Amino acid sequence: MIDRSVPPTADPAPGTATNAASNPALLSLHGVHQVFPGPRGDVPAVAGVDLEVRPGKALCLVGESGCGKTTTARMAAGLAAPTRGSVLFRGRNIDAMDKKERSGFRRAVQYIHQDPYASLNPVRTVHSTVSAGLRRHRMVADRREARRVTAELLERVDLTPAEDFLDKYPHQMSGGQRQRVAIARALAMNPEVIIADESTSMLDVSIRVSLLNTLGRLRDELGVGFLFITHDLAVAKYFAWDGEIAVMYLGKVVERGPTPRVVNDPRHPYTKALISAVCEPDPDLARTRERVRLRDADIPDLTDLPPGCDFHPRCPVYAQGVCDTHRPPLVRDHDRLLACHVAGQG
Amino acid sequence: MTASRTAPVPHEGPLLSVRNVDIGYRTGRRTLLTTVHDVSFDLHPGQSMALVGESGCGKTTLGLGLLRLLPRTGLVSAGEIRFRRKDGDTVDIRSMAKEDLRRFRWSEAAMVFQGAMNAFNPVLRIEDHFVDTFRAHETGRPRRRKEILEESAALLEMVRLDPARVLGSFPHELSGGMRQRSLIALALALEPQLLILDEPTTALDLLTQRAIVERLCELREALRFSMVFITHDLGLAAELADRVGTMYAGRLIETGTTRDIFHRSRHPYTSALIGSVPPVSGDLIVPESLPGSPPGPSSPLPGCSFAPRCGHAVDLCRERRPEPEVLHSRGDGLSHTVACLRSRELAAEGATRD
Repeated sequence: MIDRSVPPTADPAPGTATNAASNPALLSLHGVHQVFPGPRGDVPAVAGVDLEVRPGKALCLVGESGCGKTTTARMAAGLAAPTRGSVLFRGRNIDAMDKKERSGFRRAVQYIHQDPYASLNPVRTVHSTVSAGLRRHRMVADRREARRVTAELLERVDLTPAEDFLDKYPHQMSGGQRQRVAIARALAMNPEVIIADESTSMLDVSIRVSLLNTLGRLRDELGVGFLFITHDLAVAKYFAWDGEIAVMYLGKVVERGPTPRVVNDPRHPYTKALISAVCEPDPDLARTRERVRLRDADIPDLTDLPPGCDFHPRCPVYAQGVCDTHRPPLVRDHDRLLACHVAGQG
Repeated sequence: MTASRTAPVPHEGPLLSVRNVDIGYRTGRRTLLTTVHDVSFDLHPGQSMALVGESGCGKTTLGLGLLRLLPRTGLVSAGEIRFRRKDGDTVDIRSMAKEDLRRFRWSEAAMVFQGAMNAFNPVLRIEDHFVDTFRAHETGRPRRRKEILEESAALLEMVRLDPARVLGSFPHELSGGMRQRSLIALALALEPQLLILDEPTTALDLLTQRAIVERLCELREALRFSMVFITHDLGLAAELADRVGTMYAGRLIETGTTRDIFHRSRHPYTSALIGSVPPVSGDLIVPESLPGSPPGPSSPLPGCSFAPRCGHAVDLCRERRPEPEVLHSRGDGLSHTVACLRSRELAAEGATRD
């Protein structure tokens, strides 16, 4: 359905599901559910998601708003307890951790929020914000060391010279600079996993690339594992080219596999629709490529999900009698995991 | 649907002709902070032009200034904004009297504001927005509400919304995409010749964005209005625009056909901007980063405002401001114009996207 004039590179990257044994997961979600009680009935925001974050690799969660990306990320970070299922960090259930283990988990798994205008305390200086965790976890001996370590962290996220930024307040900085402060704050904890929730989506394209490169260096040089949430497929492709993409729809993963495979040869009709909907920055490509036409433009209500496959009321390849009665499980299909009755047969 | 909607617009030069426009904001009794400098472009009937650039480069100020919709402190301080009206007369929007301007807006040139989520009055139903709009521009005998609602329903159907569901709803009862489409229908209610859209798809989901883009293409085909849209999404510009203008630090630094800009851009800033967004399909193309940020309006530079971030800047760039230069002159406002002292040299070296 999409332009495939450039042959997709086929090699699945190391560290993806294919050679999981050699690169065990740092953080893993096992059948997690999150149900919110609502006035019109329970809202199953996340319904049975399995994911693994591996060191030095990125796993990108993509999908439209309301598909459960952020809720999944919050459970992965231990900010919300799953109503069913478990979250393991280094093989240990985070729910069963004692206070000390929990503190270690909090330090090792850092969360970078979407909005750098809201995630920084406006009355704290950069130094105060970045060094708060260092002081809290007793990672520095005194004020002078805190200042020196903070300056190093700022240099690492390209806020140079650090001296110019240490005593600034958030309102004195641009959006890109604020987001770098948020990254420095996460880095202060020497994290093993960073959960980035739409961390670049509010920034200008020019700044986005350099911020992604900063995060990419942490992934490649320090071996930080990333759970990277975005609705921007171009960002997902660039950041997780060596990793995996998981496409979520209404609280479930519908397709997951090595990024080059999913982006260049999407199999699930929802993934196909998403990829073909992108406005490409090329006028010839943008005007000639075929688009997937959905049967219905609107997303079903989470409190009133259709029977069978959640996507069938919108799906262009829907098969009557199967898709509207049986929910397709997420099963291995060659190079990926796929939840579709129709695409899965081929 | 009236006949004027589908009738081809006669070709008699540009619909909108902007010449040397400066726009500023009053910061004190006698001080004016100019944020848009010396902007000139033509928009011909039926054309669609995208204004692209980073945030804070004056895109929205220019869009608002074209219809004199700036906040109280804002002011178009120099230049001409000539518009050819439905009756064939050409007027300068800058010198229009208040009542004339009120009638002109919406019926001849409408605007879809940024953040459609908040553009509706939250305590009025969608149908009341339509009724108010039609009533405010009535000239003769007031029309019956039923008649107005029938016409509103037809407009909503054009943007593929179910009028039965939408008309009686309050804005908060609709999704972002539905609100944006309702707003586009409302903007087209009085058959304007010009539609200005500020970030029409920002903050909407991918499939919703796609639906908006498709509706806009269909509507333009059917109604033949001209369009100026402001976006930071270069993909949207590639798809929806006939022409693209790049803005930087309040100046229009390059204009050209969409293919000129995407395949043969001659300004290093435009090239860098396009290079920073890779396509989704195909192999991995490593995007180029563009460090730094544009200078603020209160600290203008003597030379080219992009020079501090430009990898090709020489001493002259920091001293002399480049004037827009026509590279390829084509009729109907399709010329390729660039404001860069080194554009010819750089094109010869293959440094820009030529």
